Amino acid sequence: MSELTITLLRLGYLALLWVLVLFAIGVLRRDLYGTRITDRRRRKAVPAAAAASVATEPTKPEGAPARVPRSARGGSGPGRLVVTEGPLRGTIVPLGTSAVLIGRAPGCTLVLDDDYSSSRHARIFPQGGQWFVEDLGSTNGTFVADQRVEAPTPVPTGTPVRVGQSVLELQR
Amino acid sequence: MATVQPHRVRAGRGVELGLLLLALAIGVASYALAGIGTTDEVPPDVIGYGVGMAALAIGIHLVLRWRAPFADPVILPITVALNGIGLAMIYRIDFAYAARGREDTFAQRQLVWTAVSVVLAAAVIILLRDHRTLRRYTYTAMIAGLVLVLLPLVPGLGVSINGASIWVRVGGVGFQPAEFAKIAFAIFFAGYLVTHRDTLALAGPKVLGLQLPRPRDLGPILIVWGASVAVLVLERDLGTSLLFFGLFVAMLYLATERLSWVVIGLLLFVLGAIVAASTFAHVGARFDAWLHAFDPAVFDQSPGGSGQLVRGLFGMASGGLFGTGWGQGRPDLVPFAESDFIVASLGEELGLTGLLAILLFYAILTERGMRTAIGVRDGFGKLLAGGLAFIVALQTFVVVGGVTRIIPLTGLTTPFIAYGGSSLVANWVIVALLLRISDEARRPAPSMKPTLTPVAGTPAVGDDDQLTEVMRGVR
Repeated sequence: MSELTITLLRLGYLALLWVLVLFAIGVLRRDLYGTRITDRRRRKAVPAAAAASVATEPTKPEGAPARVPRSARGGSGPGRLVVTEGPLRGTIVPLGTSAVLIGRAPGCTLVLDDDYSSSRHARIFPQGGQWFVEDLGSTNGTFVADQRVEAPTPVPTGTPVRVGQSVLELQR
Repeated sequence: MATVQPHRVRAGRGVELGLLLLALAIGVASYALAGIGTTDEVPPDVIGYGVGMAALAIGIHLVLRWRAPFADPVILPITVALNGIGLAMIYRIDFAYAARGREDTFAQRQLVWTAVSVVLAAAVIILLRDHRTLRRYTYTAMIAGLVLVLLPLVPGLGVSINGASIWVRVGGVGFQPAEFAKIAFAIFFAGYLVTHRDTLALAGPKVLGLQLPRPRDLGPILIVWGASVAVLVLERDLGTSLLFFGLFVAMLYLATERLSWVVIGLLLFVLGAIVAASTFAHVGARFDAWLHAFDPAVFDQSPGGSGQLVRGLFGMASGGLFGTGWGQGRPDLVPFAESDFIVASLGEELGLTGLLAILLFYAILTERGMRTAIGVRDGFGKLLAGGLAFIVALQTFVVVGGVTRIIPLTGLTTPFIAYGGSSLVANWVIVALLLRISDEARRPAPSMKPTLTPVAGTPAVGDDDQLTEVMRGVR
C-alpha cells in the first residue's frame, strides 16, 4: 500500500475517533438543559388563527396591583417563583413588581400545559411587601399548604402552592 | 412573554444505535489498520471479527430495548469503542511480541473475555429489574467485598506476581478478586451512607470556615483507611488500596456534601503515603522512580527502576501530535505494553490527538454516570451511580497520571482497554449497573392520571376554550 494511503487512513482514523466524541457530546448537550424556553415574540408570524385567539383573551389584570415599595422587596422578599412538581418542574419565573397569572391560556405569565388547570387559574401578586395568591374561580381550586384558597391568601416563602398537577413555591 | 415547554425525555434508543454503529466502525477500523500496519494487508478475518463485535454490541442494544428502554444512549457506544480500541492494540502488540520470538495469545484471550463480559452485562440488565434491590444486600456486599479482597492471602489460592499478591488462581484460570470487590464496596458504601449520612453530616465544630465532623463520627473513615493500609501492607498493592480509599472518600462527600471529609481523607492519604514510602521499600522505590526518573542509576535499577516509565514516555514522545499510526511504532519495547502501559502504546501509535479522544471517552462516560446520579430519585441509586462513575474516573486518572508521570506509578488497570479478564468483566458489570440506574433516572415520572377520573359533562369555567378535567379522589 502506498505511503499516501497509509497516511490518509491514519488521519482518517483519528478523525473517526473525534467524530464519535463530538456526536456523543452533541447527544448529551441536549439533556443538560431541563426545559426549553421559546420567546413568543419571536414566533409572531405563526398561525394567524392562534394569534387571533390570543388577541381575544381578556387583558391581564397586571396593571392593577399596588406597586411594591422597593424597600419592602429589598433583601428579604422572594425573588422568584419556582415550579417544584408537575410537567414544568424546574421552571423559574423571576418575580418583579407585577402580578403573575397562572393558567392554561396562552396569555398567562406561566402557561401550564395541564388538563387539570383552568385557563386562568390563579394569580400571585404583591401587596404591602407581601405576596398573595388569589384563585380566579378555577375548576379544581388552588391550595396553599393543602388549604383551599377562598380569598386572597398571603404566601410565605417556601410554602407549596398547588395549581392543577403543578406545585409552585416562592423562593428568595 | 415566554412560554416554557416541558422537557420531553427521549428514550434515545435510535440515537444509541447510530452511535453504536460509529463505535463499531472505530473498533473494526482499529483492527484492520493494526493488521495493515503490521503485516501490510487487511487481516483475513476482519469480516468475521466485525460481525462478532456487531453481534455482541447489537445484542446488548436489543437487551436494552427490551429491559431498559430509557437507559442512557451514550454509555454503551463509548464502552464498545473503548473495548474495540483496546482489543486492536492488544492484537497489534501480540504481533510485535511474535516478531521478537515471544508467542502470545493475549488478543484471543481478551476476545473471549470481551464476549464473557458482554454476556454478563446483558445478564445483569435482564436479571436486575430495579437497582434498589441491591440495597437489601448492603452488608452481604460488605462481607463479599472483604472476602474478595482477602482471597489472595489464602495460602494455596493466592499467587504473587511481580511482588503484588492480588491474584487468585483456581483451576488454571487466574483472576484479580479486587476488581470485583470494588463493585461490592460501592454497593456497601452506598447502602451504608444513605442510612448514616445524617449522622456523618451532623453539625460539629467550625474551623476556618470548614464544618468539621464530631470526633466520634470519624469511626467509619478510619476503619476504611485502616483496611486500605492493610491491603497496602499485606498485598503490596498501591493501586487497589488507593482505589478503595478514594472511592469511600468520594462517596462520603457525595452523601454529606461536606468538604471537610475530603480534606480529612486527603490528610489521611498523605499521612499513609508518607509512612508507606519511608517504611516499605517497594513503595519508596515507586516514589524514587517518579521523582528521579531520568537518573541513570534509577533507570537501570531492577526491580523497581524507572526503565518502564521512561520507555513509555519515550514512546509517547515519538508518537507526537498525530502518532506513528497503527502498527508503525515500537510499543513492545515497554514492558507490559499490553496491560499496565497500554496507554503509552496508544499514545505512541495514535498520538496526542488519539489519546485525547480516548481520554474524552472516559470523561463522557464519567459525566453520564454523574448525570445519572443527579437524575435518579432515590438516595441509594444516587450514591451508587456516583460511586461507580467515580471508580472509572479514578482508575483512569491513576493509570494515565502514572504513565504520563504526573503522579507515582500504581498498579491499576485502564478500564476496558488494558489486557485483563477480571478488569474487563468488572468494568462491563459497572456499565450494566449504570445503564440500569440511568433507565430509572430517565424514565418519565408516572403520570397521576390513573388516580383521577374526569367527570363527564362538567362545565368548563369562565372563558375556557378547552374543558378542564376535574380532580377527584385527591385530598
